[in-house]
Amino acid sequence: MESKLRKLKTEYLGRTIVTVFGISIIVLTLAILAFLGYKGGATFLTHGHSLASFLFSSKWDPAQAGQVGTVGSAVFIVGTLEVAALALLIAAPFSLAVAIVISDLAPRVGRRFLRPVIEVFVGIPSVVYGWLGLTVLVPLVARIFHLPFGFSVLSAGLVLAVMIFPTITSVAADALQATPPESKEASYALGSTRWQMIRRVALRYGRTGILTGIVLGLARACGEALAVAMVIGQSNSFAHGLLSPTNTITAVITSSMGNTVNGSEYNDALWSLAFLLLLISLVFIVVIRFIGRQREDS
Amino acid sequence: MTLLLLRAAHSATRQSSKSGSSNAGMAHIRRAKLADKTITVILSTIAALFVVLLALITVYLLYKGARAATPDLLSFTGFGVGIQLFNTVYLVFLSLLVTVPIGICAGIFLAEYAGKGPIIAVVRTCIETLSSLPSIIVGLFGFLVLIQLTHSKWNLLAGALALAILNVPLIARTTEDALRSVDRSYYDGSIGLGATRWQTTVRILLRASVPRIITGIILAAGRGFGEAAVLIYTAGMNSAVNFNNWDPTSITSPLNILRPADTLAVHIWALKTEGIMANANQIADLSAAVLVVLVLVFSLSARWLGNRFDKKMSGGK
Repeated sequence: MESKLRKLKTEYLGRTIVTVFGISIIVLTLAILAFLGYKGGATFLTHGHSLASFLFSSKWDPAQAGQVGTVGSAVFIVGTLEVAALALLIAAPFSLAVAIVISDLAPRVGRRFLRPVIEVFVGIPSVVYGWLGLTVLVPLVARIFHLPFGFSVLSAGLVLAVMIFPTITSVAADALQATPPESKEASYALGSTRWQMIRRVALRYGRTGILTGIVLGLARACGEALAVAMVIGQSNSFAHGLLSPTNTITAVITSSMGNTVNGSEYNDALWSLAFLLLLISLVFIVVIRFIGRQREDS
Repeated sequence: MTLLLLRAAHSATRQSSKSGSSNAGMAHIRRAKLADKTITVILSTIAALFVVLLALITVYLLYKGARAATPDLLSFTGFGVGIQLFNTVYLVFLSLLVTVPIGICAGIFLAEYAGKGPIIAVVRTCIETLSSLPSIIVGLFGFLVLIQLTHSKWNLLAGALALAILNVPLIARTTEDALRSVDRSYYDGSIGLGATRWQTTVRILLRASVPRIITGIILAAGRGFGEAAVLIYTAGMNSAVNFNNWDPTSITSPLNILRPADTLAVHIWALKTEGIMANANQIADLSAAVLVVLVLVFSLSARWLGNRFDKKMSGGK
């Protein structure tokens, strides 16, 4: 009996506490889903808009209080996808290049110097990237292309590209470095040059890892709020090209949420956008897991 | 210039390959070597460009910050960024008070008690999900639960708790990795001496993991300093503080955790989007420089500490 009591103090108490905290993480995750789902559902359940009019219409004019407006969010959805895709197009080739340098061309410099530099890139806060975009990039874009303002898809894409570059690079470099040395040696023994080895062996081994990095970068680009909000121009119309302003899901939420009344159609429409953003990030998480599983299988 | 030379050499090899079939093999090799060199030059140049880009960004930030700096703006009065600096450090500190115990407990659970069943898979998935959620989502959740449901105004505590949601996964994962990487013999030895699993975990494994966990905490702090999207709708975008009032229950006291508080990052956002002061740009420049210095100091010291601990662990080589 006494030993049971002793064990209560030396084992069971601690085990219970850590288990409770461990399980609380599940509860927290579910709570986020539930709360945002509940708030986001009001647009459709309380205000009676159809899902199609939310997703595919571009008429965004939600009412502030009591009245009925329109909640078409196509502009924001398309805008988010546009800037994220542009950022990826710009960042991915550069990331891959630097990842190859880190893993195979100059591993010592990579480990000692390039990796720390990339960590510093990651550490720079997103508002600072936004600040840079606003003070340097936006005026520059305006001057180069003779625009009245430089707020544009291009500016947002460039800012995001710099932000996701370190993510893709470090994940891709990890993947390339995981290439089994025997395979590399075998390739060299067959007379490959270094580039032939990289192209035919390392890039092939690292394929899934590089893909994971790209999806991670895309996820970050879609979810980034402040930096994009500062340079996208926030005009509620589709972009006519790279140089025209538009709006994104994150930008409209950040800039409007504070100016709306709780429970109004406007406010609920913003919560629906937030829930949509949550769903988009969940899709990315599932995709990354799927890619990871494929890698384990092969 | 080098590229031009390379291209010339390339066409030369091509021509020589046409001259005879016995030469074809040689030409093939020459071409492969040339491609190898060209690619090496191109890729290394790109890598160098990014280093230059980072250097430019840092220098530009510091230059703009230094140019904007005046004693007035650096002060702890209503004009200066001292208040925001204090808020940033205070908020992150409060947040870590919550993050660290929860994160370490969750990490211990994952490494020692979760087993291999479905529970660990679910907790892992949740941690992964939490850590890859956009921070604006976490901020909105905090706004909903900590501000709207409790009918309170924007406050420091809500900001700290929302930030904790973002950092708990980081600490949990660091702790789990650190515990798992402790040599198995430590565990066996402790159990062999009659300690329980909990005693072993806390007194032996956790102690051996302290350096790596500290590195993780510093990283979490660095991330907290720069976070803004989480805080805009939880901690608020302004603060009215009197630095002569140190009574924690007073609403103008810097120590009060239920007052609204804008951190440096949020301050930059507010100034750049709705700043109405004449020198809003100047203050934003200074805030950005101060923030980046703060973040860099933390991330570099985390790196330095990490390296030092690694060396110590591997026998001081």
